Amino acid sequence: MLDILINLAIIVTKIVFFTFLVVLPLVPLSVYFERRFSAIIQDRVGPNRVGIPLTLFGFKKDFHFFGLIQPIADGLKLFLKEDFTPDHVRKVFYWLAPALTVVPALITVCVVPFGPDVTLFGRTEKLVIADIDVGPLFVFAISSLTVYGITLAGWSSNSKFPFIGGVRSTAQMISYEICLGLSIIPVLLYFGTLNLNQIVQHQADNGWLLLPFWTDGSLSLPDLQTALFWIPAFIAFLIFTVSIFAETNRMPFDLPECETELVGGYHTEYSSMKFAMFFMGEYAAMVIGSALIITLFLGGWSAGFGLDAAIANFSIGDFQIGGFIHMGIFLTKLLVFILFFILVRWTVPRFRYDQLMKLGWVIFFEAALINVFLAALILAAPTMTAAILIIGFILLIVVTAAVIWVAKISEPPAKILRA
Amino acid sequence: MPTIKLTRPKLDAGEKIYFGALIKGFFLTMKHAVKSLRGKSYGAEGLASSGLGVTMQFPEQRWDEHMPEYYRGAPTLVTDEQGRERCVSCQLCEFICPPKAIKITPSEIPSDDKWAKVEKRPLEFDIDMIRCIYCGMCEEVCPEQAIYLRKDYLITGTTRKDMVHNKKKLYEIGGVRVGLVNKWNELK
Repeated sequence: MLDILINLAIIVTKIVFFTFLVVLPLVPLSVYFERRFSAIIQDRVGPNRVGIPLTLFGFKKDFHFFGLIQPIADGLKLFLKEDFTPDHVRKVFYWLAPALTVVPALITVCVVPFGPDVTLFGRTEKLVIADIDVGPLFVFAISSLTVYGITLAGWSSNSKFPFIGGVRSTAQMISYEICLGLSIIPVLLYFGTLNLNQIVQHQADNGWLLLPFWTDGSLSLPDLQTALFWIPAFIAFLIFTVSIFAETNRMPFDLPECETELVGGYHTEYSSMKFAMFFMGEYAAMVIGSALIITLFLGGWSAGFGLDAAIANFSIGDFQIGGFIHMGIFLTKLLVFILFFILVRWTVPRFRYDQLMKLGWVIFFEAALINVFLAALILAAPTMTAAILIIGFILLIVVTAAVIWVAKISEPPAKILRA
Repeated sequence: MPTIKLTRPKLDAGEKIYFGALIKGFFLTMKHAVKSLRGKSYGAEGLASSGLGVTMQFPEQRWDEHMPEYYRGAPTLVTDEQGRERCVSCQLCEFICPPKAIKITPSEIPSDDKWAKVEKRPLEFDIDMIRCIYCGMCEEVCPEQAIYLRKDYLITGTTRKDMVHNKKKLYEIGGVRVGLVNKWNELK
């Protein structure tokens, strides 16, 4: 009985810690980074004032913290605004939609491995909320529920711009889910497991998927198969990353809410905390997406270069707390990737809607499929005879050429523009 | 109507793949980021930047010494070198003012005054700085060269009443303006 209670307490602690003390604070932090980084890119300063107003209490100088308190001020502003529900909306769905966008993003936190085992008070615990054997599938299943939130928001707002935004987002997210799922099949073939923690452990031992330069804790060049597998892995990484951009409605694929065309997109009719929840859901999805990319391709919590075993065994007395160092490494990688997201947003102009759909259906879908065959061929090579391998290779080239040819002739010829 | 046939520019393979342009873009934006962090953005020197980007950080740094001669700030009333208020309350500025920001209450100058010859001066002269659009028409229309747009631009107040400049305030900002109109001098 006591054991169950202790287990329950540990689970609750993990949920509260990882969801509300790690991932949720990352949301305002990434908003702050978004504003500061975009400002610096555009030769501006950005929010650098909000801090602790010590002058109010009679001190000489304010404490600015580089404006790091800004997100709290933003949140407070949104919280104190009038929560206005227009008359013409479908009330139930209108209220349901913001929750449906933010909740799935936070649920997916539970399979993200933040670090390896830690031993505290004689108990060994994994730094994952739920160490389940279907990690990526769970993430896809839950995060695709976000589309309901956006669609319902667009529809229930009962006004034209949100509606168009909702329809766009539905089409976009459903299209890119296919690429998302197909693109990681080579990765899963390689690791042979769907457990994210084991995937990261494998990468810690044998080199990251995109940086396979160590085996068994010592630097070495990869063998031929691993080196060859780098090609499909990189293609998978590209497709997966771009699809995550489209899934999370980030620039350059933020068509569901592009301000220039759709006012505010699906959240035009929302205000106050309901709007903030859409905002939070979007950024939380971005955080989770980055976490997934890092976990699958860039070694998750592993430090790489054969340092992992030493870090994992680091302990003070009986407490083996190397896992927390690994968690720090993971969060650092996460922040770097979020900065990359922001860099992309302020570099790449928005795609046109037909270009977006073409990219998803005509290019990435086919590329991901061919990539699966390529990866399978490389992975199966040691067990096959040379003749079969050559036939497989020729078949792959023929199929690739056929796909490219079909894509080319199915494209209508460029129209002559008249001025 | 003559028609001009335009053809889309042919893209080569590298341009079609698009990634080259993406990476070029990343380099461009990162170059801007690094430059603005080092305070070496293009034009930072000329714009007196604060060391981050090209931006001047306002309350600590001011643009005042860079302001051009023709800057149009707050409209003010001026006195001449003999301490006479130049305004003769002809009300031309009041009538020309597009947003109707100026309100003048004229009054006569008593006959025992030094400047009795001028005959009129304003009793009240209010400029509502909430309405004022800094167009400078009052300055242009004034036959006595009594109203000038000075370089003051920080006009703030916590109430609407604070934002109305009365005669005292207007002379305080305006100060003395030497030269120009001398037709009211006794010597003439």
